[in-house]
Parts: sequence; C-alpha cells; structure tokens
Amino acid sequence: MTQLTRATETGPAPAAAPARRRFNRDAFENRLFAVLRVVVIVLLLIVTLFPFYYMGLLSLRPLDRVLQDPGALWVGPSEVDLGSYASVLAPPASGGQGFLVFMANSAIVALGAVALTLLFALPGAYAVSRLNFFGRRQISVLFLAVYLFPSILLAVPLFVFFTRIGLRGSLFGLLVVYVSQIVAVSIYMLRNYFDTVPVSLEEAAAIDGCSRLGILRRISLPLAMPAIMANALFIFMIAWNEFLFALLFLIEDRDRWTVSLGLSQLAGSIEIPTTVLMAGSVIVTLPIIALFFASERLLTEGLTAGAEKG
Amino acid sequence: MSAGAEVGAAPAPPRPAGGRRGGSGRTLARADARAGLALISPTLVIVLVMVVVPILWTVLLAFQRLRLLNLRGAGLFGNFTLANFENAFTSPGFWSALATTLAYSVFGTALAIGIGLVAALALRRPFRGRGLVRAAMLLPYVAPIVAATFAWTTMLSPQFGVANHWGTRLLGWDEPIAFLSQRSSEVSIFGLTFAVPTALLTVIAFEAWRSFPFAFLFLTARLQAVPATLEEAARVDGATQTQRFRYIVLPQLLPTIAVLAVLRFIWTFNSFDDIYLLTGGGAGTEVVAVSVFNTLTARGDIGGAAAQALVLAAILAVFIGLYLWRLAPREERT
Repeated sequence: MTQLTRATETGPAPAAAPARRRFNRDAFENRLFAVLRVVVIVLLLIVTLFPFYYMGLLSLRPLDRVLQDPGALWVGPSEVDLGSYASVLAPPASGGQGFLVFMANSAIVALGAVALTLLFALPGAYAVSRLNFFGRRQISVLFLAVYLFPSILLAVPLFVFFTRIGLRGSLFGLLVVYVSQIVAVSIYMLRNYFDTVPVSLEEAAAIDGCSRLGILRRISLPLAMPAIMANALFIFMIAWNEFLFALLFLIEDRDRWTVSLGLSQLAGSIEIPTTVLMAGSVIVTLPIIALFFASERLLTEGLTAGAEKG
Repeated sequence: MSAGAEVGAAPAPPRPAGGRRGGSGRTLARADARAGLALISPTLVIVLVMVVVPILWTVLLAFQRLRLLNLRGAGLFGNFTLANFENAFTSPGFWSALATTLAYSVFGTALAIGIGLVAALALRRPFRGRGLVRAAMLLPYVAPIVAATFAWTTMLSPQFGVANHWGTRLLGWDEPIAFLSQRSSEVSIFGLTFAVPTALLTVIAFEAWRSFPFAFLFLTARLQAVPATLEEAARVDGATQTQRFRYIVLPQLLPTIAVLAVLRFIWTFNSFDDIYLLTGGGAGTEVVAVSVFNTLTARGDIGGAAAQALVLAAILAVFIGLYLWRLAPREERT
C-alpha cells in the first residue's frame, strides 16, 4: 500500500493538463473510461462480426449487383437471391460445385474423429488421472509435448509415409492422423475433469463390488458427461476446420475433398463467381457457429483447457 | 500391452483411503498399475506410431537427398549428407523466410494479446447482453480458417472489395490498395515517406484478429479470479482507475500474459494455414512453414523440406528453452 499511496501523490499528470487548480483526476478518468469502454466494445463487435456479416451478405446478393455496387452494406428484400446456395450445393454434373459431397466427407471425418478420439482418450484420461502406473508422469509430459509440437514438422514424414503405403487419398488415413494429433489434448482436458470427480464415490462403488471398468462405466463417465460433451464438440470443430493435412492427403481426388479443402481449392479458380463461394463459406461456417452457440458455456471452458491443435 | 485382456476380468478391490496415497496393499497397487498401463496403451501406441516415430524419421529424412519422384526405390537409411542444410542456409530465400516468420510471430502475438487484454478489460463489468458479446468475440477463433480467410481476401480485394470501395471514397485513398499482393507501399505522413510492407502487415492484422479471442478468453478467466477487496481498498485510498490497473490488476495478470505469449508465439511461429490461404506465401509473406510445404509439394524435395522443418523446430526449442530458463523462475515468485 505504501507504494500505492506514493504513486497517487506523485503520479504523472493526466494527458489533458489540468485547466483549473483543483483538477480531479479520478472523476476525469472515470468519465473517460466510461466513454472509452463503450467505444471499444462497439469497435470490437464491428471488427469481429463484420467479416461474417459480409460473408452472409455476399452469399445472398446476385453477382451482377455485387459488381455494380461493391460497397453496399445491406441487402434489400427484393434483392435476396438464394441462387448461390443452389449452385454451390448442386453436384458438378448439373453445373454446381458439389459441396454436398464435401460436407458428407467432412462429416464422416469429423464424426469419426470424435468417436475414435473419445474411445482412446476416455480410458487414457482416466488412467492418467486415477491410476498410478509406471511412467505416468513421463507420459503426461510426452502428451504435452505432442500438443505443442508444430504440425508442419509432422507434415513431411506423414506425407512420405502415407504415399508409400498408399493410404494417401483415403479418408481413413486422414482420420488416423487427426486422432493421433488430437488425442493428447483430449486426454489433457478430460484428465483435468476426472481430477475433480471425488475419489470417495468410486471407492463406495468398489466396496459394493464394482470392478475397475465397472467403476469407469457406471460412476466416472456419467459424472464426467459435461466434460465429455465439451470435448466431443471441441474435437468435432478441430476436425471440421482442419486444413493442412486435408490439403496434403486428399488434394488429388475431388470426390474425397472436405469442405475446407473444397472451398480453398475452388477459391483459386476464376470461373466460379465469388458469391457462390461465399455461399460455400457460409455453409462451412454455419455448423460451427450453430454448435458454438448451442454449447458456448461448455466450450469456453474446454478452449481454455486446451486450445488449437489440429 | 498384453495386460489388456486381463484387466477386464481383474476386479480392482477398494484401495486404502484416498487412492494412490496408500502405502500398504502392494498387490492392489500392482493391479492398478496394470490397469493404468492397459488403459493408456492404445493412446500411447497411436501417439508413438503417428507422432513420435514420424518426428524421428524427419531427422533421418533431413540428412538424405530424397525426392518425391524416386521415393519408391529409397530405403529407410540412405546416404547421409548435410547437403539439405547447406542448401537451406546458403539460400537467401530461407533467411528472409526466417526473418518474416519472426516478425510475423512477434507482432502477431503482441497485437493479439494487446487486443485481448483491452477486450477483457472492456467487458469486465457486467451489462445486459454481455454473455452474447463475449460469445461473439470468440467467433474469429472458432470459425473455419478457410472461410475466414476467404471472407478477408474478398473484403480486401482491389476490384470489388468493400474495404477498397469505402477507402477510396471516404478515406481519400488515391487508388485501391492490393492488401494481399503488394509487397510494399509508400505511405507519407507529415511529408515523410515510409515504405510499408503491405502484405505482411495485412497478414499480421489477420493473425491478431483471429487469435485475440484466445487471449481474451484466458484473461477474462483470470480477471474473474482477481479479488475485489484489493481494488476496493485502493479505491478508498484514492487510487484512480489507471493506477488500480497498473498497480493491482496488471501484476496479477502478468503470469497469465507470459504463458499466453509463449503459447501464441509457438503457434504463430509454426502457423501455415493463415498465410498459405491469404497470400500463398507471395508478396514478402513467405514464412518457413509455407516454404516447407512448397518445398515438399511443388518441388518434391523431401530432404529439403525436412531440413527446413527441423531448423524451424530447433529455433523454437531454443526460444522455449530461453523462456524456461529466464522467465519461468521469475514468474513463480510473483
């Protein structure tokens, strides 16, 4: 506190030099920050939301109107045109971009990643949290290292390896790569949750004659359900959004493209109108935003526990 | 691994009070140890096979002249050579990529944490709809990277982008700015003319936009744990808002900021997606990760790509080592 009071006495004068003798710095700052706070919040909202708003806006406007008036920030009800969506979803045979196939691929990979990762991570997290086995600490450190490891460094050997064994171009190969990269984070997140489940509950079940696996299935998993749900959503988002490995493994075969890969590949071509691709962007983004708002509370905890590997 | 079959049948009897603390009951501890290994081993196997072994293999690949074309005939151990590293270190492209990576990571990280801090402070006091605003702040971070970069490239397009449309009309730009394809542009302020790396600044801005929610999330969580009593006491003593922030809130946030800086720096240093999707590595934005990718796919030079990736990882390891050595002990004291 002594430091603090000293600071108050000798603190630097505020930027606006005091015009009157009894300038009240506290009142000045209170007023200044009340205004600044509102300004900052509004600015941040605009900056974060505008790209998404613009995405939706362009996807609804017809291309010729966009080219005529690129600065329009509003779409009139008469102008709304869902043609872009029809075009982006239609199969290539009928002149569309075939995003339905891409979405199916992404869904397969993402749901498969969720199921497989949880299958690996749940017992693993339980073991790391509860059971004292040889090498437990070393394994935790290894998983943390994997989590922090640059995926670009893995790209080279995995690309070579999958080319050699001929799994490049298969969704299954991609799935295995995703699982191997996410499982470490997943264990880390779930372990933190298992740590909070009281041991006494498990002991009670053990006294009643429950086996270790029975305890896991009947006691620990139901109690950890919120964390498991959050984890599942987190895995889904990583797998759905992933780009680098999809690009490395699947690029040659259009029928296997995921939505992210499809969008990025088509974005380079000149023939496809921007509005159509914007409709594609909305389609890629919408499931994630829907999931996110449906489970925001669950997820923010998950995101702080382990962030962006994938 | 063979324990896997036994575990299902082996009933784990209750452990002495409080789980692993118990010193007695050696057989129970052994049963637990076996169960633990069995439960973790599937994960361990997949991580070892798909992550650890490939990383070790990268080291081998980096010392071989291996190209994608003659991959079929190559064995695991070829002729070892230092040529890949020699090529990397003597090519000017690699050094400039390294410098770009460093600038991109440092400024991207600093900007993201700065904006995250401002956002967390602005949203600290509750108001109606704060939950919704907080959720909205997280959108750039959770949205698919491909869609986000596509929206940005369209927004910044010199032909029909909304930024250039309003920039030329309202802000008095002489001509549309090619944000993502222009290496540098001249900006004159007060009669002085500077050369500004346009594309690099744009990707840094994108990186800050995309990752500030991460810092925001962590700092918000930390702010909630700051006890109100200290600040109230300071207020009674007459400390103003800036003083309360400087002497009470900020010191408590510093450890979190340090951790955030390290994490963000690591991820930005390796990041590939953002720059590849925004500029493809053109216009002076080629970072090492993009260079690794191009060496691998466009040139088919496996050895060269592995060598570059290895250098990237080594530099990162040095930075992390420095951090642990210099900063971590200080952090513990606070």
